[in-house]
Amino acid sequence: MKRVILEVASNRPLTPLVYEMQLTGDTSAVTRPGGFVEISLDGLFLRRPISVCDFDDGRLTLVYKIVGKGTEQMAGLQVGTKIDVLTGLGNGFDTTLCHSHALLVGGGVGVPPLYRLTRNLIAEGKQVSVVLGFNTQAEIFYADEFRKVGAEVIVATADGSQGIKGFVTDAIRQTGIDFDYFYACGPLPMLKALSEATDKPGELSLEERMGCGFGICMGCSIQTASGAKRVCKEGPVFKKEDIIW
Amino acid sequence: MVRDLSVELCGITLDNPVIPASGTFGFGEEMSKVYDLDILGSISIKGTTREPRFGNPTPRIAECSSGMINAVGLQNPGVDAVIEHELPELRKVFHKPIIANISGFSIEEYSECCAKIDKAEQVEIIEVNVSCPNVHNGGMAFGTQPESAAAVTRAVKAVTTKPVFIKLSPNVTDIVSIARACEEAGADGLTLVNTMLGMRIDIMRRRPVIANKMGGFSGRAIFPVALRMVYQVAQACRIPIIGCGGVATAEDVVEMMMAGASAVQVGAENLRNPFACAEIIEQLPKVMERLGIERLRDITGIIK
Ligand SMILES: Cc1cc2nc3c(=O)[nH]c(=O)nc-3n(C[C@H](O)[C@H](O)[C@H](O)COP(=O)(O)OP(=O)(O)OC[C@H]3O[C@@H](n4cnc5c(N)ncnc54)[C@H](O)[C@@H]3O)c2cc1C
Ligand SMILES: Cc1cc2nc3c(=O)[nH]c(=O)nc-3n(C[C@H](O)[C@H](O)[C@H](O)COP(=O)(O)O)c2cc1C
Repeated sequence: MKRVILEVASNRPLTPLVYEMQLTGDTSAVTRPGGFVEISLDGLFLRRPISVCDFDDGRLTLVYKIVGKGTEQMAGLQVGTKIDVLTGLGNGFDTTLCHSHALLVGGGVGVPPLYRLTRNLIAEGKQVSVVLGFNTQAEIFYADEFRKVGAEVIVATADGSQGIKGFVTDAIRQTGIDFDYFYACGPLPMLKALSEATDKPGELSLEERMGCGFGICMGCSIQTASGAKRVCKEGPVFKKEDIIW
Repeated sequence: MVRDLSVELCGITLDNPVIPASGTFGFGEEMSKVYDLDILGSISIKGTTREPRFGNPTPRIAECSSGMINAVGLQNPGVDAVIEHELPELRKVFHKPIIANISGFSIEEYSECCAKIDKAEQVEIIEVNVSCPNVHNGGMAFGTQPESAAAVTRAVKAVTTKPVFIKLSPNVTDIVSIARACEEAGADGLTLVNTMLGMRIDIMRRRPVIANKMGGFSGRAIFPVALRMVYQVAQACRIPIIGCGGVATAEDVVEMMMAGASAVQVGAENLRNPFACAEIIEQLPKVMERLGIERLRDITGIIK
């Protein structure tokens, strides 16, 4: 973990409620896809956890949805604003668990951490199929970004306004993707349905309300098959067989 | 001029009065990677119970204006594992006396837990949580009646020769009567205060934010209430007080001490700013200089 002051380099809407923010500064603690950062915001007591969408030397990309006071304040941050961020939090995805063909499944704002994961898997010479689930066409973001880095992209919308009509599990069933390992992030019902729908192994990223985000308060503990775990420290990524639904 | 930050608790000298509060610093392992823990006055470890506890279901955390609610429910690996694993690990990264915070759900649990942790060499003070509002049938009840608080105090004193600090609950009508009962029962000191029972509702989903419905409110918002209780008790008792509740700055430390505290604990602020204690310790000499304080311990209880 490292506390750094990062500068907002860009902050733009991808959909009416989902924004992409680029930050510049010391990103040296950010090393794995699936990790997260915690942002300190004016007038708010607790920091806000947001997944790392992408990063490279000196640059960090976050994608977030406006759902309350904190994310609303984030959307209003002007280019050049400096913010206090805890970086390098959480365990992240393990790309070595996939041999040749990965299935990545994202629902809503569970999509962002899969972007860097895709880049890493492709750089390791693996084939990547990404299934992105949204409620409606107007909420879709990043589908083209995934295509540009070489992933096969399948979009599902609950109302059928674009791509396959239904949930991500419907899309997986209909397209019959032949994968050896899956990675997923999204709402809990989606993660559960996905785990039940496939007998293949996988890693899933969970969300929990957090106090600190770095393992000292026990605010985000969950029971797993291998004992009590902190979502912020041992997680947020857990193996499928560890999760007790 | 060299400013003297050292303070004394029951004959134990601390290099400075700043102590991370129980439950907001784990057992030190994670924090040892954030800064050198030896800058701290002491550390109060996560509340330990006789048996291991997972604690409450999630969500356990709710944000509030200038504070937060927690309903962790005393998650800890149990006193045996704490002695076998956590304390030796802590010893590698922290080379000063520590405060062992213990909890229980019956008088026997308190005394058994205390008897065990008393044997750990690095433990120099035992802090007894009689106030945790998270657990349905325990903590809260002991700390809300003078008789039961005194009973816990006597039970714990009977099994240790180390100084015992009773950590009181602010969720009472008359903190002074409970503090006095503990002092009369043999307490060597008091920690004031634990969290205040609070609640938040998610108005969109129409349900409490916290799975357990209620939890302990703490952080900057509770500072004036904690300070007032420290002051009231300091007026009525002779034993030393560790002030706790909403402390976030070096000025807060000075204020707590002026109200009657001999040392100070920092809780929820560590969660939002992992460097909180380090920054307070760094600022203290500057604040003392500005206020013309040479020896920090001299200001304890100067407000009459
Ligand atoms: C590991 C992790 C990674 C995340 N990554 C992303 C991401 O990449 N993009 C994104 O849009 N969102 C992400 N979230 C969810 C995001 O943290 C919340 O949407 C955000 O904290 C809401 O803050 P707010 O002030 O706008 O909402 P409010 O409802 O006003 O927040 C009140 C409190 O509840 C907490 N809270 C509210 N919703 C959530 C939630 N879903 N999960 C955890 N805490 C919550 C807040 O942090 C705050 O403490 C992630 C959460 C976690 C735990
Ligand atoms: C996440 C969390 C966990 C806590 N766990 C304990 C505990 O195990 N034992 C205890 O005596 N107090 C516990 N407390 C109370 C704190 O030690 C402290 O008394 C209280 O939070 C007030 O201080 P603050 O306002 O600085 O947070 C906990 C507080 C928080 C926020």
